[in-house]
Amino acid sequence: MAEFEPKIVAFVCNWCTYAGADLTGTSRIKYASNVRIIRFPCTGRIDYMLLIKAFDEGADGIIVSGCHPNDCHYTSGNFHARRRWIMFRSLCDFMGINTERIKFSWVSAAEGAKWADIVNTTVAEIRKLGPYTDYKKVAKYQEKEVTHG
Amino acid sequence: MSKIGVFVCHCGENISATVDCAKVAETAGKYDGVAFSVDYKYMCSDPGQSLIKSAIKEKGLTGVVVASCSPRMHEPTFRKACAEAGLNPFMCEMANLREHCSWVHEKGEATTEKAIDLVRILVEKVKYNHSLNEIKVPVTKTALVIGGGIAGIQASLDIANTGHKVILIEKDPSIGGHMSQLSETFPTLDCSQCILTPRMVEVAQHPNITLYTYAELESLEGFIGNFKAKIRRKSKSIDEKLCTGCGQCTTKCPVKKIPSEFNEGLGKRTAIYVPFPQAVPNKPVIDRKNCTYYIKGKCKVCEIVCPTGAIRFDQEDQIMEVEIGAIVIATGFTIKQPDFFPEYGYGKYADVITGLQFERLASASGPTLGEIRRPSDGKVPEKIVFLACAGSRDPAKGIPYCSKICCMYIAKHAMLYQHKVHGGKSYVFYMDIRAGGKQYEEFVRRAIEDDGVNYIRGRVSRIYEKNGKLIVNGVDTLLNAMPVEIEADMVVLATAGVANEGAEELAQKLHISYDPYKFFAEAHPKLKPVETNTAGIFLAGACQAPRDIPESVAMASGAAVKVAGLFSQDELTREPIIAVVNRQAPPVYSSCVGCFLCVSACPYQAIEKEEIKNRNGEVIKSVAKVNPGLCQGCGTCVAFCRTKSIDIQGYTHEQMYTEVMALLNEY
Repeated sequence: MAEFEPKIVAFVCNWCTYAGADLTGTSRIKYASNVRIIRFPCTGRIDYMLLIKAFDEGADGIIVSGCHPNDCHYTSGNFHARRRWIMFRSLCDFMGINTERIKFSWVSAAEGAKWADIVNTTVAEIRKLGPYTDYKKVAKYQEKEVTHG
Repeated sequence: MSKIGVFVCHCGENISATVDCAKVAETAGKYDGVAFSVDYKYMCSDPGQSLIKSAIKEKGLTGVVVASCSPRMHEPTFRKACAEAGLNPFMCEMANLREHCSWVHEKGEATTEKAIDLVRILVEKVKYNHSLNEIKVPVTKTALVIGGGIAGIQASLDIANTGHKVILIEKDPSIGGHMSQLSETFPTLDCSQCILTPRMVEVAQHPNITLYTYAELESLEGFIGNFKAKIRRKSKSIDEKLCTGCGQCTTKCPVKKIPSEFNEGLGKRTAIYVPFPQAVPNKPVIDRKNCTYYIKGKCKVCEIVCPTGAIRFDQEDQIMEVEIGAIVIATGFTIKQPDFFPEYGYGKYADVITGLQFERLASASGPTLGEIRRPSDGKVPEKIVFLACAGSRDPAKGIPYCSKICCMYIAKHAMLYQHKVHGGKSYVFYMDIRAGGKQYEEFVRRAIEDDGVNYIRGRVSRIYEKNGKLIVNGVDTLLNAMPVEIEADMVVLATAGVANEGAEELAQKLHISYDPYKFFAEAHPKLKPVETNTAGIFLAGACQAPRDIPESVAMASGAAVKVAGLFSQDELTREPIIAVVNRQAPPVYSSCVGCFLCVSACPYQAIEKEEIKNRNGEVIKSVAKVNPGLCQGCGTCVAFCRTKSIDIQGYTHEQMYTEVMALLNEY
């Protein structure tokens, strides 16, 4: 049987991590192709319901990454994201969502190598955890309705 | 029904080498709502853009997805092309197939699949894009230049000469920076101060330049064209209007033994001081940490001798608020300080000095009046050793980069030494000689061939003192790694150039990026070397990376042109990526319930309360409203809003949820 290829969604900010991932490309550093990047203006914009939605749609792992503390292009968006993550993590715990499947990180625009590293370690960890089928049990999964937000 | 056009770029072979572009285009062509799909060699080229334009016109496209490089590279190009074909530019999105896919993955099906996914995400997103109009904002035509070294001076003069106002701030009591400390400059050996000081005077006298020395940036708010800066003018303890710069106070001050910063600790200064004779402005400041009056509460000799009564012991720091439209950062660099090289004995042996200290020894205005005398006993060194790459190009020291200027200044130092000390012997330990630049290589050859400087290719492992001599243990790698021992009288370390202390804090105040070495990051390493990622903020000189004087000057002029270009417009257009609170028909008016969590979340105070009134003027509902002039589009409020009443244009809930769903549904 072929090795399990996890589906990883990355929610990143435009100014640091998106640019950092661009630098990974410019530096031609190779990393696992399991990750798909979705660009946000700032990690502060990331509504954590989107993370739930991603699991709901079948993601196996999630990366959330923005600017380092104090480096936020918008002064404080990353602090809001961090604080929200702390709250969200305990909520996940409560619901039974495995928080190991969410990787929260800072990657600056100059850290191309770090981005490759984070993707590779996340892919390896999620591969070890296996496909995320538990979510559907947790969420009492129902037929999908097409709704937005 | 949407009619979307998908344009897949090969980027020469940059994308097509690992991604099957034809397959991407073919697959995308089958998606709902995609009316046109094509792949092409160079989408950003003229024919590529024409392809997009004609497709928009012929097929009546309502949205465009260009799958090529990073949007940070070419989003403006393609949005402009769309606008020229009559499509709203914000109906164009880019899938990043190059930086995020083809360059980082091996050739194979998985890579092509990822490319297809990336395109699909944006095809689905663009269905929910709305036409947006750019926002017009006014421009305050005053520039702020931070740092009064050669780069800051050049940038200020160039901007001022285009007829615009400049505010120049410098943290030290005088402008001039590192260049004013140098003895001579390579490759011409002309005196640094002779070419710099006229520029300094010009800055002080220019009608368009306001100079604040002993001043630092406190905080910055706003955006391109409309910054508000708070500047802290540190107390000089003198009334600058009354002070004539006569120098009575500095000669009479009883505290005379403070190591002079300008002379890199090799000379002394008083507590009330002018850093150097040609300082601009040539007026003293009181160093409160060392002044007897501030330490013990009495002295006031300067106040007694001052003929104009200009001394102000009770003066306080002033915070000044200025409105500016653009900023040039020219804060320069510093050199790696002692205790970094325990093996070289810096700080332990007085005669192991830095390159900058040697500059002061060689300078006619320096502590030895230009004679090369060693700091310990004032003797003329008969043998001198120069060490290149002290810290630089040494990953073990955390500085893997080349400091760039050292090879040249070592050649200059050795030359100056040979010119001043006849019969002296000089040795240079080097890794490589990097002398790229006009007349640079010739200059180094002159040092070796005409002035007889001994260049030894190899590193030095240790320096220690024995019988009053500094023993330099090195190796000559060109002689089969033969150990070399030199009994030197003085050693000069070409210490690595590093970012200023506080560079990180400054970058955070300005919201600009910096690299792991704390040098400020340019927007593009090749094509935008003076811009930062924050619009309206530009870089000049060694704050971006170690630079020599000609490069710093060229960069400063480049930054000045960018500022002048910005100031040539009366209004700027800004991307309409801002938050909006929804409005609905009565009786709801808005889904906003007026909790105003967003107000507390907004970092820009851009959200205000709006009262919705009926015809009789009675308040029906209190809701949030975003001021489009202040909103920067971070979207923090969007994630905060409990009722999902705020949305950010370009990154709406609909768009982001659609992206997530599109990504995973056909994964």
